[in-house]
Amino acid sequence: MQVLYFAWLRERVGAAAEEIDPDGATTARELVQRLSASDPRYAAAFADMAAVRVAVDQEICDLDSSISGAREVAFFPPVTGG
Amino acid sequence: MTVSVQREDFDVAAETARLTSGDRDIGAVVSFTGLVREMTGEGPIGAMELEHYPGMTQRALEKIADEAQARWPLQGLRIIHRYGRLEPGERIVLVLTASRHRQAAFDAAAFLMDYLKTRAPFWKKEETVGGARWVDARETDDQAAARWRRGAS
Repeated sequence: MQVLYFAWLRERVGAAAEEIDPDGATTARELVQRLSASDPRYAAAFADMAAVRVAVDQEICDLDSSISGAREVAFFPPVTGG
Repeated sequence: MTVSVQREDFDVAAETARLTSGDRDIGAVVSFTGLVREMTGEGPIGAMELEHYPGMTQRALEKIADEAQARWPLQGLRIIHRYGRLEPGERIVLVLTASRHRQAAFDAAAFLMDYLKTRAPFWKKEETVGGARWVDARETDDQAAARWRRGAS
């Protein structure tokens, strides 16, 4: 699946987008845990989960929502538009 | 088109004229323009960079617009939100609402801004002489959006 990062999450991860195999992760939170365990730059980016929001297939949802079958998962800080 | 996400500046008068043209049932038009301010708590900014989530921003704003049209009797509605590098004084966002009577136009415009502030995927980065910093979301924006929850007083 495509995983996208925005704002300071993108800066800390070091990439705007990457193709990732969820490898058994069924929720966004599980995906974060897997990524954080695999590489310290993810652990640093996701250190404060209270500051992380997620959209699955471009719909905002919570971190414990299912990502099974999703094409695109995006992680970002709370929005600041307007 | 009701919603536009674009780099380019917009003309409020032209957009208003386009929204109202030909509809003699419109008795009220409310307009909100958001601008880039120069002074922040940390000092003056030279510019602001607005990042967005292409595709999702269009959908998210259309959803918010649909909800406003479902909740209020509007004759018309227009949202324009810019992205990219903007300098102090520049226009960021336009919300126009048109209705037969003023209450719907006022309330819908306030609702649109409160929901846009909390649900539209944009992120602002301020550039100052000391460096660049990402703007934090405000709890007051969440509180403002919460007051529109159905059943909330």
